[in-house]
Amino acid sequence: MSEDIKVDVEMDLKGMPCPLPVVKVSQKIKTMQIGQIMVAVTTDPGAHSDFPAWAKTSGNEIMKVDREESVSKFYIKKLK
Amino acid sequence: MDVNATIQDLKKQMEDLKRTNEKNQLAMVVFSGELDKLLAAFIIATGAVAMGFEVVMFFTFWATSSLRKKKFKAKGKDFFGKMFGFMLPKGPSRVKISKMNMGGMGTAMMKKLMKKKNTQSLEQMIDLAAELDVKIHICEMSMDLMGFTREEMIDYPHKDFVGVASFLEVAGNSKIQLFI
Repeated sequence: MSEDIKVDVEMDLKGMPCPLPVVKVSQKIKTMQIGQIMVAVTTDPGAHSDFPAWAKTSGNEIMKVDREESVSKFYIKKLK
Repeated sequence: MDVNATIQDLKKQMEDLKRTNEKNQLAMVVFSGELDKLLAAFIIATGAVAMGFEVVMFFTFWATSSLRKKKFKAKGKDFFGKMFGFMLPKGPSRVKISKMNMGGMGTAMMKKLMKKKNTQSLEQMIDLAAELDVKIHICEMSMDLMGFTREEMIDYPHKDFVGVASFLEVAGNSKIQLFI
């Protein structure tokens, strides 16, 4: 039962290197409502340390990470 | 123990704390005029905005030259001004890497590699910084020393011309200070 997260916004960040994934996500999340969920799809290997660090600093929650070969999906819930 | 004295003391400490006024802000001195170091500066600056920081970049010395317009003939410069203007890179597209430049070959190869790896160019990073409200403060003294005019600096929406006291005020109120 891994597909039970209802996603409100999907962001395709494939091919974007650091620092673009966190920059784009931080801009987009400003337009979302609290409690909404975004899935960020990225190929940046640095994202696995960057997104948790970003979420901790900005006060948002990473609910789940789906890691496939080079593409990873981060499910991010807007908390504030 | 005198309760009133303790209260007074605490009040004073509170006021001192308020005065420090530390913000979620990053103050960066950008001193180097080389492509690699400038890229690092802009990557940290834009990343910091994503992390919720306000960012002020203080451009001084060699870095000021990287903010010049590519095609601009400034008039009325003296001999040294002309020499600096001629010898130093004219804007972000002209700066070289700090190691392995090999007469420009290294920089050309680095730019090709960056395109292949989809990394942002310095010009693109400056545009991104502008979009993210990163402030660029340019050191008046450096400009004056090298004979750069305000008109020959690139058009950047959050640009200002300042002195060292202005930078120190910003740095004093910032959580992070960097020198690049």
